Amino acid sequence: MPLDTQHENQIRDFKVVGTRPVRPDGLDKVTGRARYGADMSLPGMIFGEIVRSTHAHAKIISIDTSAAEALPGVHAVITRADFPAQQAGMIDTLDHCMADAEVLYDGHAVAAVAASSKSLARRAAALVKVKYEALPHVTDVDAAAATGAPLVKMGIESNIVDTHEFGHGDVEKGFAEADVIVERTFTTEATHQGYIEPHACVANMGGDGVADIWCCTQGHFMVRNTCAAIMGMSASQLRVTASEIGGGFGGKTCVYIEPTALALSKKAGRPVKIVMSRQDVFLASGPTASSSIDVKIGARKDGTLVAGLATLRYQGGAWGGSLVNMGAMAAFACYDIPNVKAVGHDILANRPKLAAYRAPSAPMAAFAIESAMTEMCEKLEVDPLDFRLKNCARAGTKSSYGPTYGEIGLEATLQAAKDHPHWSAPLPEGQGRGVACGFWFNFGGQTSSSLNINEDGTVGLSVGTPDIGGSRAAMCQMAAEALGIPYEKVRAIVADTASLGYNDVTDGSRTTFASGLAVINSANQAVERLCERAAQTWDIPVEAVEWKDGAAHPAGANAGNFAPLTLAEIAADSGSTGGPISGHSEINADGAGVSFGTHICDAEVDQETGRTTITRYTVIQDAGKAIHPDYVEGQFQGGAVQGIGWALNEEYIYGEDGRLQNAGFLDYRIPVASDLPMIDTQILEIPNPGHPYGVRGVGETPIVPPLATVAHAIKGSCGQRMTSIPMSPPKVLAALKGRTA
Amino acid sequence: MSQLQVSTTVNGDPVEFLCEPDESLMDVLRDRLGLTGTKEGCGSGDCGACSVTVDGRLVCSCLVLGAEAQGREIGTIEGMAKGEQLHTLQKKFLEHAALQCGICTPGILVAAEALLKENPDPTETEVRYWLAGNLCRCTGYDKIIRAVMDAATEMRGA
Repeated sequence: MPLDTQHENQIRDFKVVGTRPVRPDGLDKVTGRARYGADMSLPGMIFGEIVRSTHAHAKIISIDTSAAEALPGVHAVITRADFPAQQAGMIDTLDHCMADAEVLYDGHAVAAVAASSKSLARRAAALVKVKYEALPHVTDVDAAAATGAPLVKMGIESNIVDTHEFGHGDVEKGFAEADVIVERTFTTEATHQGYIEPHACVANMGGDGVADIWCCTQGHFMVRNTCAAIMGMSASQLRVTASEIGGGFGGKTCVYIEPTALALSKKAGRPVKIVMSRQDVFLASGPTASSSIDVKIGARKDGTLVAGLATLRYQGGAWGGSLVNMGAMAAFACYDIPNVKAVGHDILANRPKLAAYRAPSAPMAAFAIESAMTEMCEKLEVDPLDFRLKNCARAGTKSSYGPTYGEIGLEATLQAAKDHPHWSAPLPEGQGRGVACGFWFNFGGQTSSSLNINEDGTVGLSVGTPDIGGSRAAMCQMAAEALGIPYEKVRAIVADTASLGYNDVTDGSRTTFASGLAVINSANQAVERLCERAAQTWDIPVEAVEWKDGAAHPAGANAGNFAPLTLAEIAADSGSTGGPISGHSEINADGAGVSFGTHICDAEVDQETGRTTITRYTVIQDAGKAIHPDYVEGQFQGGAVQGIGWALNEEYIYGEDGRLQNAGFLDYRIPVASDLPMIDTQILEIPNPGHPYGVRGVGETPIVPPLATVAHAIKGSCGQRMTSIPMSPPKVLAALKGRTA
Repeated sequence: MSQLQVSTTVNGDPVEFLCEPDESLMDVLRDRLGLTGTKEGCGSGDCGACSVTVDGRLVCSCLVLGAEAQGREIGTIEGMAKGEQLHTLQKKFLEHAALQCGICTPGILVAAEALLKENPDPTETEVRYWLAGNLCRCTGYDKIIRAVMDAATEMRGA
């Protein structure tokens, strides 16, 4: 990982960073005032509804919209023909939002209507008549990769569309040196991010072709650029405002309904609101890849890993881009192995286009590799933490995906796990204990922010990264820290696309790191300008002014004898000393430090039902520096519980007809409060040299270890080694009874 | 389809509205009365984001017809704080950082208030089972449970 800027003196005495203030948007969110995607209404607004495919794969013969158009109250009906011809780069994106010649999955959009009420829109959608010619389909990853599999779409020769390889050394030689080898195949089913807020937007295009979109998204600049490209608009013709967002986890990093709402608004000449139903959310947004992974690892008798090989097959829907490359890169990232290779195959299937889900692709790879490592420990009869401490990646280790690590916290999390009271606590009869570790890259990316010093000494902060889990609090804390003023003086907003330069999506655990970096830079620039005003007031050179504790001071005795000027005092006079004072930052942030965590889990399997109960869970992770520890703990807990859900219950279930059978929260069961214990957390702080306060992203790593951690605990409880996720009651029961589920 | 005229009380205010016979109370609250604090997560009674009270009883408003509000008293998240004075549960949710995205928060607060009215001194297990109908995807529930337990303690002492 290149580190262009090394920040020094990171261990410092913070005043605001590291405290736990109430978030600035908190009051709105506990009183119902906060406005999310579906909460916006505009004068004259009408309602959109999308018509979806009932086939897994079919050719569209005809679409008859006449009956829908004739219904009073219907203002627009559109199909793919209403969108402009596309440039190559946007075809897949638009294809997924609105089918062209063929439908590629159950739920694929084929038409849309807009009418004066929700109920009229639903009636009109039912009047759109689509004639299909059914084509062969395939939804399982191994079936899709097999010779002679039905082709997922017309015009391709194979469902295997890409292959990626990472590693170093000579794995054949490595296995020849090994005394013990573990070799096994693992599978995981697709899961959904499961955000509670369905996708929602309001699009409003005027007769002059200028438009606004309000939507829940992790990246409103991405929405602007994508929609503008699809609709043939310039970026300046489209302004996108990010609503409050009701969860994303990667699933709101692409467009689904926004281009459709824009096309309906264009045709109807009215603002159009589209809100996805929960069924549509499951059918047509989000899921992860499903996977099938072969792992082979070899170690010497003394417990030294000498070789690792993994072949990963991921399907991510009908367009490719399963992100298997990330899985292959992350697979062995926790280990220092001299001979290592990971090969990833990107496979098409008749399913919705994959969207990122929290450390996309890493949980499945970690399930396979960590489960194999645990089995190796059993064969070698060594403690799983001692084995990992012996073989873990450290500063200076050449990672399995290429770069050589700098300061990283994996060893520290493993040692902390070993020292944790959970690890040494007596295990009640019938329970098992599991442990596993996990890795995520973390990203930086394009970011801009703007900070205005108000005349009353308060500060307005604009960031361009939607706040999904309390990031505005962290932004205000970092600005307050850099300016030397109280947290309460700073208020942060998420600005629209017309108000800031481009910002990448809130993803890759990048927001607190990269937006935080831009905020600190903006604050530092404002401090420079505040010092200039003080220098001007005192009539001394600006070099003779220093900023500390929220005020300009003469730097030493030679600078003169002046009483300090506080930020508020300089701000109050700003109108007569040169005008408003602000700071800005536009960066492409580099130096996001990689992240590691180790989890411990106790579980009990009910021998009669195969149901697993998690009885104790501990997350230990390196945060670099926790700006707001409550929200860091919250990321650890939330990510771990999503991983527990993936491990135990969550899965996409397709029928023989290729249709999704569980598109709702009743049948796609995410963890509820009564399923869980408290989730203990331990934050370690090994500063990231790429950030002035040492921040590493924390959001994604917590979902990586749970699958293998829970599997290990299940093995301990009931003796069964589960190799297929989810480890749902029928599968565990079948394993206990010695048959396949 | 002709609309029905309904007279009801929402958060203590007398309210009249017209609605379609098959329109849910959730849609009436959100679309006709502008009370968008009640959230739609599923429309099928599985997520609890639309939790409100009808004559004090906790319900998913997506499973109640608007017409059923006739003559009843409806309580929503907008009625929880008294003017500038937040309910103890609201304060504890902020103090404990018991929300991340916040979309489930109104429903969970309404449900938790109903719990504490019925059982002012719940165990952790009782809180977990009472809130099992309210999905939260962000927090893993840990801080939510702590906030509810802490609010219960404070409310008992008050």
